[in-house]
Amino acid sequence: MRIIDKTPKVSRRNFLAGGGAAAALVISGSAVMCPVEAWGLDVKVLKPETMRTLIKLARDIYPHDRLGDRFYAIAMKGYDETGQKADAEAFVAKLDAKAKAVNGAAYANHPWEATRSELLRELQGDAFFQKVRGGLVTGLYNQPEIWPLFGYEGESAAKGGYINRGFGNIDWL
Amino acid sequence: MVAKFELNNEGVVVIIGSGASGGTLGTDLALAGIDTVILEAGPRVEIEDFVNDEWKSFSQIAWLDQRTTSGNWRVHKDFAGLPAWIVRAVGGTTIHWAGASLRFQDYEFKAKTHYGDVKGANLLDWPITLTEMEPWYDKAEDRMGVTRTNGIEGLPGNNNFKVLKAGADKLGYKECHTGRMAINSAPRHGRGGCQQIGFCFQGCKSGAKWSTLYAEIPKGEDSGHLEVRPNCHVMKIEHDDKGKVTAVVYADKDGKEQRQKARVVCVAGNSIESPRLLLNSASKLFPNGLANSSGMVGKNYMRHMTGSVYAIFEKPVHMYRGTTMAGIIRDEARHDPSRGFVGGYELETLSLGLPFMAAFLNPGGWGREFTSALDNYDKMAGLWIVGEDMPQEQNGVTLHKEVKDKNGLPVPNVHFDDHPNDIAMRTHAYKQGTALYESVGATAIYPTPPYPSTHNLGTNRMSEKPKDGVVNKWGQTHDIKNLFIADGSQFTTGGAENPTLTIVALATRQADTIRNMMSKGEL
Ligand SMILES: Cc1cc2nc3c(=O)[nH]c(=O)nc-3n(C[C@H](O)[C@H](O)[C@H](O)COP(=O)(O)OP(=O)(O)OC[C@H]3O[C@@H](n4cnc5c(N)ncnc54)[C@H](O)[C@@H]3O)c2cc1C
Ligand code: SF4
Repeated sequence: MRIIDKTPKVSRRNFLAGGGAAAALVISGSAVMCPVEAWGLDVKVLKPETMRTLIKLARDIYPHDRLGDRFYAIAMKGYDETGQKADAEAFVAKLDAKAKAVNGAAYANHPWEATRSELLRELQGDAFFQKVRGGLVTGLYNQPEIWPLFGYEGESAAKGGYINRGFGNIDWL
Repeated sequence: MVAKFELNNEGVVVIIGSGASGGTLGTDLALAGIDTVILEAGPRVEIEDFVNDEWKSFSQIAWLDQRTTSGNWRVHKDFAGLPAWIVRAVGGTTIHWAGASLRFQDYEFKAKTHYGDVKGANLLDWPITLTEMEPWYDKAEDRMGVTRTNGIEGLPGNNNFKVLKAGADKLGYKECHTGRMAINSAPRHGRGGCQQIGFCFQGCKSGAKWSTLYAEIPKGEDSGHLEVRPNCHVMKIEHDDKGKVTAVVYADKDGKEQRQKARVVCVAGNSIESPRLLLNSASKLFPNGLANSSGMVGKNYMRHMTGSVYAIFEKPVHMYRGTTMAGIIRDEARHDPSRGFVGGYELETLSLGLPFMAAFLNPGGWGREFTSALDNYDKMAGLWIVGEDMPQEQNGVTLHKEVKDKNGLPVPNVHFDDHPNDIAMRTHAYKQGTALYESVGATAIYPTPPYPSTHNLGTNRMSEKPKDGVVNKWGQTHDIKNLFIADGSQFTTGGAENPTLTIVALATRQADTIRNMMSKGEL
């Protein structure tokens, strides 16, 4: 059957680094940078550390190892606004306080996802958490760039539908 | 030659809504030479405007006016402001619909007789029988081009169907095929054949799927007796002191109030707006709302017992390719109380694109359990469960006490509690769906909760006696001779089948009734 190539189109740099997922995010001045994926996000209103934590938070809510950090960053950059600032900073502060009580490390620096999700589970009733989660449903999954990475082909009418493109070519039943 | 009628023309039939019921009824009346105005709240969006993009299409044509919810159904928790998934555009929800077109079974018109007294359920027999409906079903199937009727071939099976069929065979189900679909398997009646585009819910770009937007309304317009007025939201139906309706008041595209006079009014706004409109039309003569002497306007709301089962396999399926719902198993659609519930259900193929899957698979869910399902999106197959739910008097549409819409009218609140029979049936269906997919090697199963209602029924139900319901067997209200209900709110009970074929058959029959009554001078 006709299968979709789910490998992201990689640049040489992140090819050398071995793929896109969970690449380290570094802070440089007022920006969050992802050297491996070769992008940077200039943070205007929030503390850059807060944005880095929000990107981590987004990944922990909907963890997809096949997705580079840039997709999560795109989904979260809307929180870098005056109207969102207080809630975002307060939530991240709460999260970090809980994380530090475990072993002194800030939330984003806990290496195991399991530890971080446990912390999140305690805060999942929080309005800001629910806002982020709800926003990600479209903010993340409605980015057409990620669709092929999941094997979803998107728009089809302009390509003549699937009548000649494998609507019924399953071959393993 | 598209007609244009004056606001003070007292001779026109006014239909409110242009969907499955209103679009069909208006076209039939016009073809019979009766001057008809359809007032439609939404815009006229044509085939070339449809988009193969789930959220874009949703914001383009879905009904997004404010609504509220209550009750123990999960939709209230997850989609509190979106009880139903309905279109607001010329063509109504026939732009969104998947095309599954099934007749009611004999016993389903007589639920009370066959099921007996079910505690908490407000069951009633329809005042009509399958035999009476058969000629109207024949006409509806022909005009809609339903596959497996009138010598029309079935659609070819897509990948999602092939998985369903393999599981059905393993489980020993006998009646499994690519459905009775109002989708052309080959060109017919001036519309092309299905191109397996796979965005049936977003409006069929090839026109293969029947919709009143392009398969009916243009024919009515060509007769010179039909005017469709888009962007006209009806707020109130008016009557004279003898209790006959005389006009409807609507907000036009600029929000300006207009009054269209009418000889007959037919309400076809789907099961939430129709009762809301009757309730909002309360007057001195009818203090509880129009046609509401029984107190049943807005009550007995049904939405079908629904749910989905998605399954993951080792190898790719690509379920989203091709027709969204062309696949059915009918073996469970029977009344067999030994299963622990009355009534039956159908199993139908269903697929959602990645964006909608993320929203509907497990609303509110997060973490790796959730994402592992989506990570295997390309290896997923899915089915939808649609079964008969119990009419319950407290389930229904009421006017909100505080919240008002932009025209200053109370918004509808939709209350729904699952009946124990609904829950028992859903549990059974989840079990069967799970067994089906496991029999062909599923490695993970996701029993998915009901989506916002796509089938909205029962809120102006049909009854033999005026004290039990709102309309008689012709859809004419018991209380007001020249006021009719044309949509699925007429349903006395819901049956296990997707409702639209029955809605269209009833609308065709109603057109004939109105024509007869008019020619006899009864209207
Ligand atoms: C995703 C989806 C898939 C479906 N698939 C199937 C299927 O496979 N088989 C099946 O049988 N059914 C299916 N349905 C259900 C089917 O679409 C409905 O049963 C059918 O369209 C109902 O017809 P109706 O005329 O009652 O209402 P609608 O088709 O909803 O039309 C009502 C119209 O009235 C208008 N209106 C409402 N209030 C006012 C007002 N006050 N003033 C002016 N206009 C107003 C609305 O804007 C709308 O255009 C599906 C529905 C959805 C959402
Ligand atoms: S699959 Fe067929 S019916 Fe569905 S949208 Fe495509 S062409 Fe239309």
